[in-house]
Amino acid sequence: MSERNRPPIYLDYQATTPCDPRVLAEMLPWFTEKFGNPGSITHAYGREAEAAVERARAQVAALIGAEPREIVFTSGATESNNLAVKGAAHFHRPFGRDHIVTLATEHKCVLESCAALEREGIRVTYLPVGPGGLVDLAGLAAALDERTVLVSVMAAHNEIGVVQPLAEIAALCRARGILFHSDGAQAVGKLPLDAAKSGIDLLSISGHKLYGPKGIGALYVRRRPRARIAALIDGGGQERGLRSGTLPTPLCVGLGAAAALAQAEMAAEAERLLGLRRQFLAGIRARLPDAVLNGDPERRLPGNLNLSFPGVPAPDLMAACPGLALSTGSACTAAELEPSYVLRALGLPDALAAASIRIGLGRFTTAEEVDFAVETMATAVRRLTSGGGVTSAAARAT
Amino acid sequence: MTPPRATYLDWNATAPLLPEAAAAMADALGVCGNASSVHRWGRAARHAIEAARREVAALVGAAEDEILFTSGGTEANQTVLRGLPGRRLIVSAIEHDSLRAAGAAYDMVPAREDGCVDLAALERMLARDRRPALVSLMLANNETGAIQPVSEAARIAHRHGALLHTDAVQAAARLAIDKDALGADLMTLSAHKIGGPQGVGALVASPDLPLAPLVAGGGQERGRRAGTENVAGIVGFGVAARLAGERLAGAARIAALRDRAEHSLRAAAPRARIFAAAVPRLPNTLCIAMPRVPAATQVMALDLAGVMVSAGAACSSGKLRRSPVLEAMGVAPDEADCAIRISLGWSTTDADIDHLVETWVSVYRRTRANAA
Repeated sequence: MSERNRPPIYLDYQATTPCDPRVLAEMLPWFTEKFGNPGSITHAYGREAEAAVERARAQVAALIGAEPREIVFTSGATESNNLAVKGAAHFHRPFGRDHIVTLATEHKCVLESCAALEREGIRVTYLPVGPGGLVDLAGLAAALDERTVLVSVMAAHNEIGVVQPLAEIAALCRARGILFHSDGAQAVGKLPLDAAKSGIDLLSISGHKLYGPKGIGALYVRRRPRARIAALIDGGGQERGLRSGTLPTPLCVGLGAAAALAQAEMAAEAERLLGLRRQFLAGIRARLPDAVLNGDPERRLPGNLNLSFPGVPAPDLMAACPGLALSTGSACTAAELEPSYVLRALGLPDALAAASIRIGLGRFTTAEEVDFAVETMATAVRRLTSGGGVTSAAARAT
Repeated sequence: MTPPRATYLDWNATAPLLPEAAAAMADALGVCGNASSVHRWGRAARHAIEAARREVAALVGAAEDEILFTSGGTEANQTVLRGLPGRRLIVSAIEHDSLRAAGAAYDMVPAREDGCVDLAALERMLARDRRPALVSLMLANNETGAIQPVSEAARIAHRHGALLHTDAVQAAARLAIDKDALGADLMTLSAHKIGGPQGVGALVASPDLPLAPLVAGGGQERGRRAGTENVAGIVGFGVAARLAGERLAGAARIAALRDRAEHSLRAAAPRARIFAAAVPRLPNTLCIAMPRVPAATQVMALDLAGVMVSAGAACSSGKLRRSPVLEAMGVAPDEADCAIRISLGWSTTDADIDHLVETWVSVYRRTRANAA
């Protein structure tokens, strides 16, 4: 296969992950021969599907140290975040709790949920972050008041990979009787995360960021002490009334299988990815000393880098690296070529924010791919910064 | 444990995935790409979604930009119920739980004994209150199969400046549907009732309609439904929509099987009541009360023999409840408690109907003998 036609190397694991073939193998029978509706309690096909859904629920729960009945299946982390944020606000508003605290760098779906609530008269405080992307705990404590119902802070960031001090935030909230929600889409299955011990009340989980299928996610809803929320989608009363709609058995099975694999392999996988990340960063720094690493260098996902190459607009760099599947930031807004609001919140000047590339490494990334990617990016950056001139390395490649 | 002979007659709860859809989905699941990503993998996912959107649009005679993919029929219905603030909601008494559930205040249009909605009552409700309204009336009922007078309801609604939404989850691929001919402004579809996968559905709505998103976030689906698209699920939905013509072509065969079942059961038990028998029904649905035998007893006995049916909708958690649809039709509670739903599909055979009839009749005779 020629260089040109080879599929690009996938370095966008924060946008989505491939469905692990082992996960897919577990899902397939539930698409075809075992097709019952898990709500059909009157017959064998339905009960068989229900049993599979419950097994999956237990697998998801085990990954985060929860009880199975604390897991609510949803269509994905976006829905989970909407359910947690709007659900907490709607449930508690009649009791005089009408204030939410979140970070300016949260995922769009948390920010948009908050914006929708603001239109309903809920107060929202958007806290700034430090230059590394971390929350300022003193600032957070100061933002809380007696009407605060919920604090929502992402566990690990989708663009800059930064891992927030969840246990500390949870302790602040617990002491004041405030619910703590965390968007765990990027963190669950990548970092050890025990919802019960860390004191998180609501935790969003995504299937397709965890080598499971798209179209499925979950929300952990603590039972002791009970986190009370209102449903976002009502109807047949599935998921103990918190989320109606026919449960998609194969997708639930896929999320369960993905959770079980993550639990078994997380420790070794995180170690391996950390090695690849260091290899990547060292390679870039050796070739491009001007490159800037965005987000805290240590407190971050093992598989994430976010780099700015001064003077090289990100779209130009991506266009110059057709052999690599990269992104500028959140996939949700990938088509917008505005500089990321997240990087702006870190205090990055627009020129640097517009020159940032997100690199996501994952389960199927190899050391050879990292070497190739580093070389490709370095060559492209040199070419683009030398005023369009072609370097000798680039000339050899063409 | 599944008994050796398994007869699945609960197609209104869910249908098996079509092999063509399964094959397309297995391919899609094997490829990694977020449809919003601009790289090659992302563009391939986007391309697959847009092709499916065209197929789903064609299923109901809609334009592509009217199709908004959701996680299923329930989410689509809830988007209608919660996404049009400022409109007075008028919902028929026989709607699915996802339209009659909490989430918004609404007025209810009563149903008639025959299983259809009372259009005269609808007209009065609209005339009484001039606020802009939204009327929701399903195209075919999930429990009785009764086909509702949606185009008449649409004319009435439009005369009063109201919008009309129709939940076509059970009607799709069983009846030919043309959204514009029906006069529907909004329509709900579900993939897993037409041979696509569970976990995908669509709301059909003009892009000009100001619809507040139920799930907010990254701006997918033109800002009307956020969340990374379920690419494989949408692809499976598209294949099932494309093959809907084959389903429609088989409708007459299925209606004949259903009618044979109905005649055989009534021949054995002349006092068994068929619901909505006097109005046009879906070709595949039979809702029947076995005199004085509770539905729970029937479904248990049928299940033991390997005949899978349901007692009402397959939604709620763990227990049988009295059908709100039959209640709305004015069926006496005693009789409603004896009703089961038998629903057929494209792979239902003559032998399946024999199995059903044999088992049902033997349950009926046994309980009569016990009572005597």
